Amino acid sequence: MPDTQQLNDLVIQVRRDILRMVHKVNSGHPGGSLGCTEFFVALYNEIMELNEEFDMDGIGEDLFFLSNGHISPVYYSVLARKGYFPVEELNTFRLINSRLQGHPTTHEGLPGVRIASGSLGQGMSVALGAAEAKKLNNDNHIVYSLHGDGELQEGQNWEAIMYASAKKVDNIIATVDLNGKQIDGATDDVLPMGSVKAKFEAFGWDVLEVEQGNDLEAIIAGLKEAKTRTGKGKPVCILLHTEMGNGVDFMMHTHAWHGKAPNDEQLAIALEQNPETLGDY
Amino acid sequence: MKKYIDTGKKDTRSGFGAGLTELGRTNPNVVALCADLVGSLKMDDFIKENPERFFQVGIAEANMMGLAAGMTIGGKIPFTGTFANFSTGRVYDQIRQSIAYSGKNVKICASHAGITLGEDGATHQILEDIGLMKMLPGMTVINPCDFNQTKAATLAIAEHEGPVYLRFGRPAVANFTPEDQKFEIGKALQLTEGTDVTIIATGHLVWEALLAAEALEAKGISAEVINIHTIKPLDDAAILASVAKTGCVVTCEEHNFLGGLGESVSRVLVKNNPVPQEFVATNDTFGESGTPAQLMEKYGLNNKAIEEAVVKVLKRK
Repeated sequence: MPDTQQLNDLVIQVRRDILRMVHKVNSGHPGGSLGCTEFFVALYNEIMELNEEFDMDGIGEDLFFLSNGHISPVYYSVLARKGYFPVEELNTFRLINSRLQGHPTTHEGLPGVRIASGSLGQGMSVALGAAEAKKLNNDNHIVYSLHGDGELQEGQNWEAIMYASAKKVDNIIATVDLNGKQIDGATDDVLPMGSVKAKFEAFGWDVLEVEQGNDLEAIIAGLKEAKTRTGKGKPVCILLHTEMGNGVDFMMHTHAWHGKAPNDEQLAIALEQNPETLGDY
Repeated sequence: MKKYIDTGKKDTRSGFGAGLTELGRTNPNVVALCADLVGSLKMDDFIKENPERFFQVGIAEANMMGLAAGMTIGGKIPFTGTFANFSTGRVYDQIRQSIAYSGKNVKICASHAGITLGEDGATHQILEDIGLMKMLPGMTVINPCDFNQTKAATLAIAEHEGPVYLRFGRPAVANFTPEDQKFEIGKALQLTEGTDVTIIATGHLVWEALLAAEALEAKGISAEVINIHTIKPLDDAAILASVAKTGCVVTCEEHNFLGGLGESVSRVLVKNNPVPQEFVATNDTFGESGTPAQLMEKYGLNNKAIEEAVVKVLKRK
């Protein structure tokens, strides 16, 4: 059994990192980052098999690709706290000459990142390519990816989703962050997508839903279940029902904090709701 | 003037296919992807010999570029194959973010480039691809001139670490590059020595430039023909050395004059040795249906057009 207390502490600390990072530069995307904090913490600390040292090829380890690159704050915080780079470097988020660009990139050589993302809809294809390379290398590890739900409006996803089942890429677990929100409002208002589950299933994927997408134990159980479904001829998809802005009461139940930073007063309230656990950077 | 012999007309895309087949035998990391144009790209032999290293993606070029980027993670060297139009304009953002900005070792192999694709017309002829690709930081842009050079270039780019755009064509054209000539990325080839004018050509227009030089010689004009197979990085030194002798330039390409080889050459000249330059290129226009020869004639891309440009540039010296 995972030590959920330890993971909970990490979740709260990561939330603080996210809030402080975006506050400092008055830009960035806290909403989706907070909504996926528990997922990132679980994935990197309970699920993925990772090598000690980072190298680009990632042979003999699980890989992760973030397609919705705008939630870089949660990605950076979890990578730093996993030891990929110094936690203090979170201080440089979005500043000039930083490795922590607004959206993740390999261009500045930040350990843990294997592809640039930000322009939406490209990560599924990249993850599938990496999964195909693993098969060619007889590398029995899994490729994980994360996608926004609004991001599924990009057509390239559906090319990739069609490819994955047609080619039986069964060493991938693609998670969709179903928070139902995008910049301009609810996905149902901007461009209703109908049943994402039915769509993935129609495209030949094995789909499982995690209804409590902000509950660590539910996420871990879902990811473990997904893992058992790999290697069976079908790509695996997790529909992760999350709450954008989770953990900060005034950021929840709205799309307003998708890409907006809190001011000083709002930051103080948000941090009060998430008291320091593992030490601020 | 040195003479070049056409050893028999062949298409440059077959040169790519031959190179890819050889890579299949010699480099186990090479993988190939294609978006439903296997026959057009001459990939059949590679596929026959290496079925496990070939990925048919269907008519889904955006996905193909992303897959290729992903396959480099794990040490593969992906060669993507489709028409030049669908290799560039259609997937510009995928190339920009997932390949160029991400620094991935993908080889974008683009057939049916330029107007000589012919009868399919402007939807399939791209005259903007060199510009699109050369603007991407870190992208190497290569446009070989014949079958032998395209094959050699295909082999060479597998050894080069980083993204490459390799542009070739559909029609059978003169094959005159020595079969054993090694391809050096970024190194221009001086084909003839001359003193009156420098003719800098790329792709299918290199042979046209040689024909023009021969005709000019008969008129007492000495032309130095340079084959610029690599448009980026450009061999500035070779251009400047030639221009120092001749004092004027004609650039020749099967591409829009905006964004093409000619503009790259202009930049080198204007910074170092401004001399008169004329452009043999399309004039900010789309193409149309027709035979390759008719189109080269109508859009001013053949040896006759090069000759006329030389006469014009000589008057400006």
